[in-house]
Amino acid sequence: MAIIKTENLTYVYGEGTPFRKVAVDDVNLEIEEGEMVGVIGHTGSGKSTLIQHFNGLLQATSGKIFIDGEELTKDKGKLRDVRFKVGLVFQYPEYQLFEETCYKDIAFGPKNMGLSDEEIDKRIRETVKLVGLDEKLLDKSPFELSGGQKRRVAIAGVMAMNPKILILDEPASGLDPKGRDKILGLIKEYHQEKKNTVMLVSHSMEDVAKNASKILVMNKAKLFCYDDTEKVFHRADELTEMGLAVPQITRVFNRLKAMGVDINDDVYTVKYGTRLLLDILNKKQHPDL
Amino acid sequence: MLKDITIGQFFPGNSFVHKLDPRFKIVFTIIFIVMLFVADSFAGLGIGIVFVLMAFLISKIPFAMMLKSLKPILSIIIFTSVLNILFIRTGDVVFKWAFLTITKQGLTTAAFMVIRIVALIIGTSLLTYTTSPIVLTDAIERLLSPLKKIKVPVHALAMMMTIALRFIPTLVEETDKIMSAQKARGADLESGNIIQRAKALVPILVPLFVSSFRRAEELALAMECRCYHGGDGRTRMKQLKCGYRDFVALFVLAGFMAVVIVFNVYGI
Repeated sequence: MAIIKTENLTYVYGEGTPFRKVAVDDVNLEIEEGEMVGVIGHTGSGKSTLIQHFNGLLQATSGKIFIDGEELTKDKGKLRDVRFKVGLVFQYPEYQLFEETCYKDIAFGPKNMGLSDEEIDKRIRETVKLVGLDEKLLDKSPFELSGGQKRRVAIAGVMAMNPKILILDEPASGLDPKGRDKILGLIKEYHQEKKNTVMLVSHSMEDVAKNASKILVMNKAKLFCYDDTEKVFHRADELTEMGLAVPQITRVFNRLKAMGVDINDDVYTVKYGTRLLLDILNKKQHPDL
Repeated sequence: MLKDITIGQFFPGNSFVHKLDPRFKIVFTIIFIVMLFVADSFAGLGIGIVFVLMAFLISKIPFAMMLKSLKPILSIIIFTSVLNILFIRTGDVVFKWAFLTITKQGLTTAAFMVIRIVALIIGTSLLTYTTSPIVLTDAIERLLSPLKKIKVPVHALAMMMTIALRFIPTLVEETDKIMSAQKARGADLESGNIIQRAKALVPILVPLFVSSFRRAEELALAMECRCYHGGDGRTRMKQLKCGYRDFVALFVLAGFMAVVIVFNVYGI
């Protein structure tokens, strides 16, 4: 059974005013449990609006959303339960930190769930390990930490709620390359360990290609496609046309093929590309092998 | 939901009224207010109404906006008219019941007051509809600049106002974002008693203050980097210029004012 399912989901901003804008247009989607989904799209393509529907922060203008088989309704009590089931990490989550200590801040979500103090403590220790933070930092003020550490505390705050679905909006933006790799690495680890559904919104095709098993492409408020990573990047021309670049390595291989090299161009990670090239070069040097 | 709040009600356009020099527009508004208070007959007020309606038509602001500007003062209008109707007891009695006496003069005074207030609001909101807040502060600074002679920090005050206006939408957006983020962590902002609700605001206010201070610091640094040092010797990218339009409008307004004064003198 699909863990997230939408039927004709449409969202309109400013209905009835001159500023009316359709942000999400008739999206039909089924996401299976345990998937790592990359969400890509141009700025203003509706991807952020779309993900805010999954935990009931935004309510669809029309259409239906099912989370874990249950339809999202406007009932406030149920909406809160949905928010614990679907953890949403916003862009620049470090700006939401407010407590005196990191410990208290991470505890905010679990506390709202009404968990016991022991359970909260257990979860905090667990998530802190997951996001690779030192337990000593827990007693420090979040405002004393470095940018990357702050972000990890903020992400831990959502992870500690142990959501069935974790959605992250641009979790690596504004960090240096090392910080990027760290954050994306820990998300991948989290996914592998918990086997939860993870959605990763990103601008960077490289990041998505490296981590996601499926890709959801939004274009001009519409769902362009939702498919396996290879299949999506195979449509490089269409992606480029809508202003989205495929990973650089894919472009290199597409060009090689266009130049007449007999090569498989379904390449979207540098690792795989290197191996492929080495194979070909080997064959050229030793045609008899 | 927070995005629906409009601060300043500027309605962009390209009409004659929009193009007027904002300094003149402020002065016009003041003259218009004086005109309404000088007029002591319905005919005089009528002239004022004709003027403001004409200006509204020229500005091409939708008629609905005019009504919208009246909505917040509806209670004041009702209050003053009731007060006038009930407490003016001179003149011909129209209606009498127990301690209630309604006289003809009471009714006319009430009507007079209502028309005056309505005209006042429509006229002043036309100023804010056709002038962007930033331009308006600029004009206020210019108009107040003589006060610099007596050491009033006019430029600093105007700059503060400009910055405040500039950051209102930013802060609204930021509040919206923080609220969403905390709601996503299960924050409950809508239920509970007053104390619980006040407590629930902490997770929103703390990040908001932190980011406001950060922004203020960044802005101050950026301004200093561009050698900002206050108003002395500062020139402007957009010079306020008065042109033939402003004098045409001034002439028309002076004409209306003259008519109102003539009406008063002859008691029409």
